[in-house]
Amino acid sequence: MFDSLTGKLNSVFRGLSGRGRITEKNIREAMRQVRTALLEADVNYQVVRQFCDKVVETALGAKVIESLHPGQVMIKIVNDELTNLMGPVDSQIFYVSPGPTIVLLAGLQGSGKTTTAAKLARLLLKKGKQPMLVADDLQRPAAIEQLETLGAQLNIPVYSEAGKDPVKVARNGIRQAKEIGRDVVILDTAGRLHIDAELMAEIRQVCQAVEPHQIFLVCDSMTGQDAVNSAKEFNDQLELDGVILTKLDGDARGGAALSVKAVTGKPIKFVGVGEKLDQLEEFHPDRMASRILGMGDVVTLVEKAQEQFDEQEAVKLQQKMAKGEFSFDDFLKQMQSMRNMGGIKDMLKLIPGVGSQMAGLDIDEKEIAQMEAIVHSMTKDERRHPDIIDGSRRRRIARGSGTEPQDVSSLVKTFNQSRQMMKAMSGMGMMGRMKAMKQLSNMDLFSGKMPGMKIKQRSKRKRVDRRKKKRSR
Amino acid sequence: MALFGKTLEKLKSGLAKSRKKINESLKTVLTFGRQIDEDLLDELEEKLISDDIGVETTLGIIEDLRAAWKEKDISAAEEIVPYLKRRLIEYWPHRDRQLHFVETPPTVIMIAGVNGCGKTTSVGKLARYLSDQGKQVVLAACDTFRAAAVEQLSIWSERAGVQIVKHRQGSDPGAVAYDACEAAVARQADVLLIDTAGRLHTQQNLMRELTKIRNVVGRKIEGAPHEVILVLDATTGQNAVNQAKMFTEAVDVTGIMLAKLDGTAKGGIVIAIRNQVNLPVKFVGLGEKPEDIEPFDPETFVEALFS
Repeated sequence: MFDSLTGKLNSVFRGLSGRGRITEKNIREAMRQVRTALLEADVNYQVVRQFCDKVVETALGAKVIESLHPGQVMIKIVNDELTNLMGPVDSQIFYVSPGPTIVLLAGLQGSGKTTTAAKLARLLLKKGKQPMLVADDLQRPAAIEQLETLGAQLNIPVYSEAGKDPVKVARNGIRQAKEIGRDVVILDTAGRLHIDAELMAEIRQVCQAVEPHQIFLVCDSMTGQDAVNSAKEFNDQLELDGVILTKLDGDARGGAALSVKAVTGKPIKFVGVGEKLDQLEEFHPDRMASRILGMGDVVTLVEKAQEQFDEQEAVKLQQKMAKGEFSFDDFLKQMQSMRNMGGIKDMLKLIPGVGSQMAGLDIDEKEIAQMEAIVHSMTKDERRHPDIIDGSRRRRIARGSGTEPQDVSSLVKTFNQSRQMMKAMSGMGMMGRMKAMKQLSNMDLFSGKMPGMKIKQRSKRKRVDRRKKKRSR
Repeated sequence: MALFGKTLEKLKSGLAKSRKKINESLKTVLTFGRQIDEDLLDELEEKLISDDIGVETTLGIIEDLRAAWKEKDISAAEEIVPYLKRRLIEYWPHRDRQLHFVETPPTVIMIAGVNGCGKTTSVGKLARYLSDQGKQVVLAACDTFRAAAVEQLSIWSERAGVQIVKHRQGSDPGAVAYDACEAAVARQADVLLIDTAGRLHTQQNLMRELTKIRNVVGRKIEGAPHEVILVLDATTGQNAVNQAKMFTEAVDVTGIMLAKLDGTAKGGIVIAIRNQVNLPVKFVGLGEKPEDIEPFDPETFVEALFS
């Protein structure tokens, strides 16, 4: 389940490359792997079938058969096709003039409507709008209090009233928004099952009464095969304008995104990526495609990294690396920014191929703290020139950081190795660096195997083959 | 007996939609008189996957069917449903799906789950269910994180007519659990139900917090928590398996409450969870009212899916 799709596809084609011929049958075989990957990512069965048929067609047309790297070509086709299906990026909210623009959020129970309402309000506030929240969830106990608390956190007015009539609450809320001059009204409605005729009729009435300018379906990204049923029903009854996907900070592959897009045809506007109110982001179909395929999310990783390093510093760092002047101080800085990036484990998960191996692994944050302590116990000179660390300095550093002298020497050793590698890497051109990166990502980092092992073994086998040939001649 | 009849009706009506859908589709696949062949097995595979049972588990079931067919145990399409019923019920070997109560009360039951899966509602329903059985129940409002979660549970405690121990929002959930244990002992309660904040299983800090709550309770009352119920949203797909794994790792889950089974989702993922994490389902949630809770009965569940 955790094997990445790329690996599986490669194995399908690797078996073939020896024989050197790839047929339509092989492509279909490869598509079985894609199909399984999509199903395991919770994409709806029907959607998967249509998708796979389409990809086979494209693949045959694109002459994967003649390609040197059929596995990669296939992945690209699958990835592009997925991206196209879920795209394009459309996080626009249309405003009406004169206001207020009315936005209604609907969805199943527990999909995250109330939190999303507050997140959306915060986003609008950031864009210079004057949003107001209306607590139209009169079903769930304390839903009104929840929205009021969130509104207070954001300093945004929340309209609520005691009563049982959501139509009246919505109307009054909008009236008040006009009176106090708010230009966007966000209606938080009660969670409801798409087959609950009574509650679906009720939300239709709300829509008829206040005619919202935009209706968004809030959908939990962990939803399984049933996502198509609820999305279709909501879309049929309410004519949705878009979808907001929530709880993407978990490890669900999020196939529901594809299913919902496929059955409603409505764009996915935003994604919720955490419990904090600023954690609502634009939807990126390309990243979602990689996620559904289990290929890791490189773009997010890079973006997160960019947030942490400012560019000048990065350039400086690169120069230092090239000259081999990378010091323990830089090392420390990097450690700290890695931590800021939201935990090493979270970050490693985003790297292709690594994500799948992270399942049982727990990186010990304590070890990192220990490394930091060791560096902190070094003098400025030692940090810049670790070579001067001798036995007595080592003992002092160990005492200062509460570690053993061998911990200090192993850190210095690791540091020297990585410094050499950096120097080597920055000496390479773009292509060389890519190669090195690839080797890095191919590395079976966590099972203790060395990266070069596999390659070596293969070359040995080839040599044996050749020898055999010679003999047979 | 009458009560059980009601249970069956409720579960059946809750599953009516899904059953109808499944029946319709199964009927078209399993038309009377049709013989089993590879095409039919393919179609059946699609149905099972559409129930969120998962690729791996579905393939297992299909392999069994194929073997039975090759060995001539079954040959006609109409034999498949009874066979599947037997096969699926095997996934739930007879094992106590009831809550275990300790001899010296209070029995401590902890509820955990991801955000929005229905924990607080489930706690409310469980409180009502247990107090209907004559147990004295105390609730602990350990979801101090989400806005108004404490208020929500307070309303449920009034509905169920049980006591509640709560602190302000933002306070330490471990402290609430501690106080609740003392209160439960002092008031000689039979059951202490601990509601916790929703957390995604991937958030290690929050998972550690959960472990901490469990440890606090364990130090206060011997052997506690005696039951740890993971609440699962029936609409959840394959990710539920990961949830079950991670929560079990953090707090030794003893059983599942399958919430929101009154929709069109079939909750087939619990079959995969039974297979991979070996957790029984103890209760199902079928609505928003306090009485919309039933003990899980695998035969009814399977019957409602396939009959």
